[in-house]
Amino acid sequence: MILALDLLQHGPALSIGLCLIGVFGIIAARRAPNVREGISLLTAVTNFALVLWMYGRFHADPDTRIGGTLIDVVPGLEIAFKVDALGILFALVASGLWILNTLYSIGYMRAHDEHKQTRFYACFAIAIAACMGAAFSANLFSMFAFYELLTICTYPLVIHAETDDARAGAKRYVTYLLGASVCFLLPAIFLIWYASGPENSLAFTEGGLLADSTASAATLCVAFVLGVAGLAKCGVMPFHSWLPAAMVAPTPVSALLHAVAVVKMGVFGVCRMVFHVFGVDLLARLGIANVLVFAACFTIIVGSLVALVQDNLKRRLAYSTISQLSYVLLGVALLTPAAGMAGVLHIAMHAVSKITLFFAAGAIYVALHKTKVSQLDGVGRRMPITMTAFAIGSLSMIGLPPAAAAVSKWYLVEGAVDSGHWVVLAVIVVSALLNAGYFLPIVWRAFFKPVPEGESDGRKEAPWPCVVALSATAALTILLFFWPDVFAGLAAQVSGHDGGTP
Amino acid sequence: MAAHLPVLIVMVPLFAGLFSPMLGRLKLGIVWPLMVCALGFSTFGTIHMLAEVYRTGQPITYEFGMWPMPTGIGYRVDLLNGIVLVMIAAAGLLSAIWMLRPVARELPDAGRKSYYAIFQLCCAGFLGITITADIFNLYVFLEIASITSYVLIGMGRRRQALYAGYSYLIVGSIGATFILLGIGHLYMRMGSLAMSDILAQFQANPELYQLSDVKVAFAFFTAGLAIKMALFPLHGWQPGAYTHAPSPSSLFIASTSTKVSAYAFYRLCFSVFGTGVLLHGIEGLRPRGIPEIREVVLAMSCAAIVLGPLIAIRQGDLKRLLAYSSVGQIGYIMLGVVLLNEDGLTGGIIHFWNHAAAKGALFCVAGALVYRTGASRVADLAGLGRTSPWTGGVITVAGCSMIGVPLTAGFWSKWYLAAGALEADDVFVVPVLLASSALTAIYVWRLLQLVWFAPKDVQPPVDQEVPWSMRLPSMVLAGACLVFGLTPWSIDLARSAARALGVAS
Repeated sequence: MILALDLLQHGPALSIGLCLIGVFGIIAARRAPNVREGISLLTAVTNFALVLWMYGRFHADPDTRIGGTLIDVVPGLEIAFKVDALGILFALVASGLWILNTLYSIGYMRAHDEHKQTRFYACFAIAIAACMGAAFSANLFSMFAFYELLTICTYPLVIHAETDDARAGAKRYVTYLLGASVCFLLPAIFLIWYASGPENSLAFTEGGLLADSTASAATLCVAFVLGVAGLAKCGVMPFHSWLPAAMVAPTPVSALLHAVAVVKMGVFGVCRMVFHVFGVDLLARLGIANVLVFAACFTIIVGSLVALVQDNLKRRLAYSTISQLSYVLLGVALLTPAAGMAGVLHIAMHAVSKITLFFAAGAIYVALHKTKVSQLDGVGRRMPITMTAFAIGSLSMIGLPPAAAAVSKWYLVEGAVDSGHWVVLAVIVVSALLNAGYFLPIVWRAFFKPVPEGESDGRKEAPWPCVVALSATAALTILLFFWPDVFAGLAAQVSGHDGGTP
Repeated sequence: MAAHLPVLIVMVPLFAGLFSPMLGRLKLGIVWPLMVCALGFSTFGTIHMLAEVYRTGQPITYEFGMWPMPTGIGYRVDLLNGIVLVMIAAAGLLSAIWMLRPVARELPDAGRKSYYAIFQLCCAGFLGITITADIFNLYVFLEIASITSYVLIGMGRRRQALYAGYSYLIVGSIGATFILLGIGHLYMRMGSLAMSDILAQFQANPELYQLSDVKVAFAFFTAGLAIKMALFPLHGWQPGAYTHAPSPSSLFIASTSTKVSAYAFYRLCFSVFGTGVLLHGIEGLRPRGIPEIREVVLAMSCAAIVLGPLIAIRQGDLKRLLAYSSVGQIGYIMLGVVLLNEDGLTGGIIHFWNHAAAKGALFCVAGALVYRTGASRVADLAGLGRTSPWTGGVITVAGCSMIGVPLTAGFWSKWYLAAGALEADDVFVVPVLLASSALTAIYVWRLLQLVWFAPKDVQPPVDQEVPWSMRLPSMVLAGACLVFGLTPWSIDLARSAARALGVAS
């Protein structure tokens, strides 16, 4: 018992280890698909339980120390873990949705009779391990290592189909992500390492590692801009075009990785930079966060405008993701407690909503082989459950109650008012309208337009695991509107907001 | 016996090499085990000595025939050459194990026992260059190593091998001549060949740096060694030599030979001339804006670091691609010395091991390709991962280390070099390192794409895994890339070695 507790003390390392054991299990069971998928699901559930346990410990006593140093190569540059509010929030989202996504994958991949499913499930588990590692990283170096691992292990998932399109998409994916992290993030880490004072360190610190830095303002500004640009996974323009390119991947990959895990790791990294590396006070003093505010506002509007004209459903969702991710960036860049909370909270809220939308898009593809918005006339009658879930996801994207993202947007408005950036307020309003402009027509088409002539109008839902998964995420989207406390509490803790529900 | 270890690690492979052809006449089958034993002995000997030096903090000195050092010849093992010795001996041992099968396929039967003999002489030569504390002795071993290298390269089955060996012979001899001239000039002025003796004279009298013989000597050394280590733009001999040599030769020579010359440059800068020669060496000689040697070497290294991988991207032959990548990698090692601070040197010194491991593993893959297909075309890697996943894993790990993915060995070399560059106020080196990482990523990714994601309809040219005798050494080398990346001790060693060289931290 004591030993078990000791082990659990290393929860983050355990969680990564668990996922990697899952990888071996998946590979070992490659000849028995049922066992293989069973192992996948089991790993996902156990991992989520472990994360929940860590959340429980953390919730009971925020000062509790879970983690420790795993690999100590050079002092200051070690692989070390720590459980804190921001990390546990990201870990909860990624590990929780992995369960549903595995369920969905089983339905999707089997219905499609996809090739190389073992590689698919194995890489998926590695990707989650990388997410867990990044979420619980106690310093920038660890996070960087897992960030790179995530890029590398998702490459086989993007190239999965191995067609020319997939190759081109995967090439763009890896070029953008690796290129940005090598050319921008690495120098940024380097500058931070030097700016952190004589005791060179990269550890994430409450209030900011560089809060007392004596480095020149120019160095710090350059480091911040490079750092944000290097975290290209956050999809901020002009480093966004890998995301639409990655849509060649199978839908479960787009759903979990390119709406939740990978892109969220980017915005999560930016949150870390703002809250725990540079610190809100330092950034306010430097004024450099305004660059990020502009970039985010630009991305929100332009992303939505591009989404408006996309006919391919997944591409439309991808541009919507680009635009929505910038809400998170906008929130943390405004540097007020309410806005910061909104940004962090939006990580979770956008995750459940967007995964619902992707699940629905994939379900439509599996059941009816439709990929374009213009083909969706009357689909609501053929796939009522799927399209209801899609409608709920759309509401959330627009920011209307009773859907999850309404909560985070509320705080964002509050934060924008606090910060006195009236332009930002206008951006939020315009963006909500644009979101309505590209999501509601889909819902309208699906439910109110007649089925085109020559097509059967019988009900034809996707395989049951898909339907279960997307119903669950849709239900979560609603539930999180009424009970956002878990995530709201964590987000408030990150940004120092005093709480108070809307 | 432990007291005589410094000499034994050189003499055992040397004499085993000399006796190989005779024993081979009796029974060809015993030559290979003998070679593995001899090199195994050297490997354990060098590891033992490195551990000893690290533990006691004192260099091991060995004087031949009890003649004290300035009079007699001496060997000296400190942390710097301890590291390089382990690298050479281990690379020799792994190449020796690896070559069991390819030698039978790539060399005519008649040439086999002489090949084994020459291979061991070459190992002994490299070990000798590294361990000696006498500059003329260094030259003697340099010649042993060079002449045997020419033969190892020229023994390839195709005619290009002869041409490559011959052009290496011409260029290498010019380099060796330069070095000999350098030794001559230095001996003329100092009256001594023992490294410690010359260094003591320099330290006692810094005025010596202003003498033109000394400057000329250092310039000759630098030029000669730059040719030998294929430092850009003096690398012309190297791609052809690596490409056309039999695979076991390219494996061993690529992972050691150029680095031994780079080590010799380290040794000259720190133990013969003293760092003064780099700091204010040729100052008196540059009245009209002639750059210092430090600046020249820095520029050459940076050019190598960027242009090596840039040229590699376009290559269609795997061995040639790896050769150009080596041109870039030697730049890293030389960068370490010219940055002249602890971090930079640490980066340069760990890169001896890191690059030997990664490049060795990659040449194992190239050799596997030759073993299965008879040629080393990059295109033939298509589908390799499907038919031989182990080899595919090796190229993946080693490739990641070449790029410098965090937590592989290559990352730490670059990290420390970049840190050293910032410290030395040569900030432009940082973007150079990053650009090189990006370029390396391009060609490595191209290889990995072929290995793992080849189109389904392609029939993999490598139809099955290579035998274990070839797989195992390559896996050890790839494993080393991970171990050096994940554990602190190789960095600790390099850092202590850098500190022992006595530069400002």
